[in-house]
Amino acid sequence: MKKAIQLAGAALALTAASSLAQASTQTSTLENVKERGYIQCGVSTGLPGFSTPDEKGNWTGIDVDVCRAMAAATLGNADKVKFIPLTAKERFTALQSGEIDVLSRNTTWTQTRDTSLGLNFVGVNYYDGQGFMVKKNLGVSSALELDGATVCIQAGTTTELNMADYFREHSMTYQPLVFDTSAQSVQGFESGRCDMLTSDQSQLYALRTKLAKPDEAIVLPEVISKEPLGPVVRQGDDQWLNIAKWSLYALVNGEELGLTSDNIDAKMTTDNPAISRFIGKTGPGGKALNLPDDFAYQIVKQVGNYDEIFERNVGAKSPLLIKRGINALWKDGGIVYAPPFR
Amino acid sequence: MSQNINKASSSRFWYDPKVRSILFQLLFIGLLVFFISNIITNTTNNLEQRGITTGFDFLSQEAGFGIIQSLVEYDETHTFGKTFIVGLLNTALVAVLGVALSTVVGFLVGIGRLSSNWLVARLSTVYIEIFRNIPVLLQILFWYIAVLQVLPSPRQSITLGESIFLNLRGLYIPAPVFGEGSGIVLGAFVAACMAAFVLSHWAKQRQVKTGEVFPVFRVGLGLIVALPIVVWVVAGQPISLEMPVLKGFNFRGGITVMPELIALLLGLAFYTAAYIAENVRAGIEAISKGQREAAGALGLSEGRIMSLVIIPQAMRVVIPPLATNYMNLIKNSSLATAIGYPELVNVFMGTTLNQTGQAIEIIAMTMAVYLTMNLMVSLFMNWFNTRMALVER
Repeated sequence: MKKAIQLAGAALALTAASSLAQASTQTSTLENVKERGYIQCGVSTGLPGFSTPDEKGNWTGIDVDVCRAMAAATLGNADKVKFIPLTAKERFTALQSGEIDVLSRNTTWTQTRDTSLGLNFVGVNYYDGQGFMVKKNLGVSSALELDGATVCIQAGTTTELNMADYFREHSMTYQPLVFDTSAQSVQGFESGRCDMLTSDQSQLYALRTKLAKPDEAIVLPEVISKEPLGPVVRQGDDQWLNIAKWSLYALVNGEELGLTSDNIDAKMTTDNPAISRFIGKTGPGGKALNLPDDFAYQIVKQVGNYDEIFERNVGAKSPLLIKRGINALWKDGGIVYAPPFR
Repeated sequence: MSQNINKASSSRFWYDPKVRSILFQLLFIGLLVFFISNIITNTTNNLEQRGITTGFDFLSQEAGFGIIQSLVEYDETHTFGKTFIVGLLNTALVAVLGVALSTVVGFLVGIGRLSSNWLVARLSTVYIEIFRNIPVLLQILFWYIAVLQVLPSPRQSITLGESIFLNLRGLYIPAPVFGEGSGIVLGAFVAACMAAFVLSHWAKQRQVKTGEVFPVFRVGLGLIVALPIVVWVVAGQPISLEMPVLKGFNFRGGITVMPELIALLLGLAFYTAAYIAENVRAGIEAISKGQREAAGALGLSEGRIMSLVIIPQAMRVVIPPLATNYMNLIKNSSLATAIGYPELVNVFMGTTLNQTGQAIEIIAMTMAVYLTMNLMVSLFMNWFNTRMALVER
């Protein structure tokens, strides 16, 4: 109910604020952010690896680092971010109504979301796909054996639609039990109310670490959908969209050029023309974006490159132990690719 | 003198209270219309400017997601408009069942609270104080998590005669299957009900005339039960029962009552019943002691004093607040979203809103539903109240 009230409130705020909107569209998001002194970043209510508060209350995760990179680029300090936890249901309304500047909340890029919500997807920071998690004692090894199963799903996700498509395609039946937060759906799965939990595979691995007995659950091999996850901004502010895009590209290009938070200072004096363009000594720098020329340097220095972010949050240095797979760079056999700094 | 007044009113017509009041009312309406139209045009303009799709076209698009419980035919290929109907009916189901259950429990506890039996009266008081003073959301979560989620898994179901099963997936009961010729049985049932109605009418008339009492209840009940059974046997047992059977992961066949529905229903009904019980007690205590004593002096039994003298008079105090309680129950049913019962807020304002992103239209439609439902309850209760009111001459 609280969520519903917030949602209704946000919709009303959208209505009421609309009379003021003429004025607010004139001041750009960048100006607002600079004046305010921090970025308002919409994240999840707690998904290990993507956006979750650690024991000290600091937000960590691959989605969190995208916002921190944007703060490093715009404000010169990666810590100038205020993280606002949102449920899947609330996220788009929060961005539309201006409650947040950027939504970085494991959000799947789809046509409807990109075209009819007044929002723009910035790019992809994690290529995911939907999978299934079941308890081992169910004795199931493939999703095709799940006819008639009860499924726990989180409300407001593309998961609900993929699920329906997959079961329809294979003429199987299922019973969807829809919960508001992933914590509730995990609880439903753990208590045995549902036979399986479905979500993006990365999330399933993350949620499995939250179970009382992670060993008793397995993630099935099937991947039933494409889930390109990425940050989202409001439509109609191209400058802000570009800033978000090039912050993301800076992470990837940083990895490609072999620049890390540890070695970037040492490489400042290099003759490599690509690196000197990247750190803003030559080339277009940040002028056209209204940013300092060294914005990409600040991002890599303060947040790290894509590889560092990946390994620290979801990869080998995290409890999730997800391999790079298709999220490796294009030259390493993955599909992560960014336009050059030139 | 009259000339003076005419002169004054013609020169300064706004001093005329009548003219002035009309002027102010026009001004107010004008402002109101301006305000509302401004909001509407502003909203639509800005939505358009921000590239957000508006309008109700989405209602005819394919929904593409499943819903766990539907009272009408529904699957993923139906439209978003249909998801509205499904959610609406699921809300209505909880509302109707909740109102019925809370009324029964509320009346029993309310009367129980005034019982001369010490134990019954104390238990009723304890019930009211517990259920009235805990937030209803906590009660729903209590039923769901602490009571229904600790039931055994489907394979270890609690069973009653291998036909009714209870497990953490829900309550499974046999479903009637209507074969050929079952119309006759249903007809017999309707006929028996009508006969019982006529019988009670006749018995009342006879009692008024002769003073003899006829056992209407027993005979009527016998009629309603026996006649359809006899016809059912004679017609070759056209109605059979489909038993729930454990197959794969879940039970198949029969009727499934979701644990989410049970938890929501128990939470809402027991909470609201505590308020109704207090209303009933207030109604009964409002009847002067003389009424009870007079009825006793006529030789009526304790039960008859209650049903013939006290309750009918108490009803006029009970009904108005009863309507408020029913409305609260309907509104509180939106708390279902916390436990995943697929009612209007969960399905339509949850999933549908997220798949289409049209927040303003969907929230407006959802609010309109609750408003309409509650206005209907209000109208019905007002009508009922006028009917039950003491006829004053």
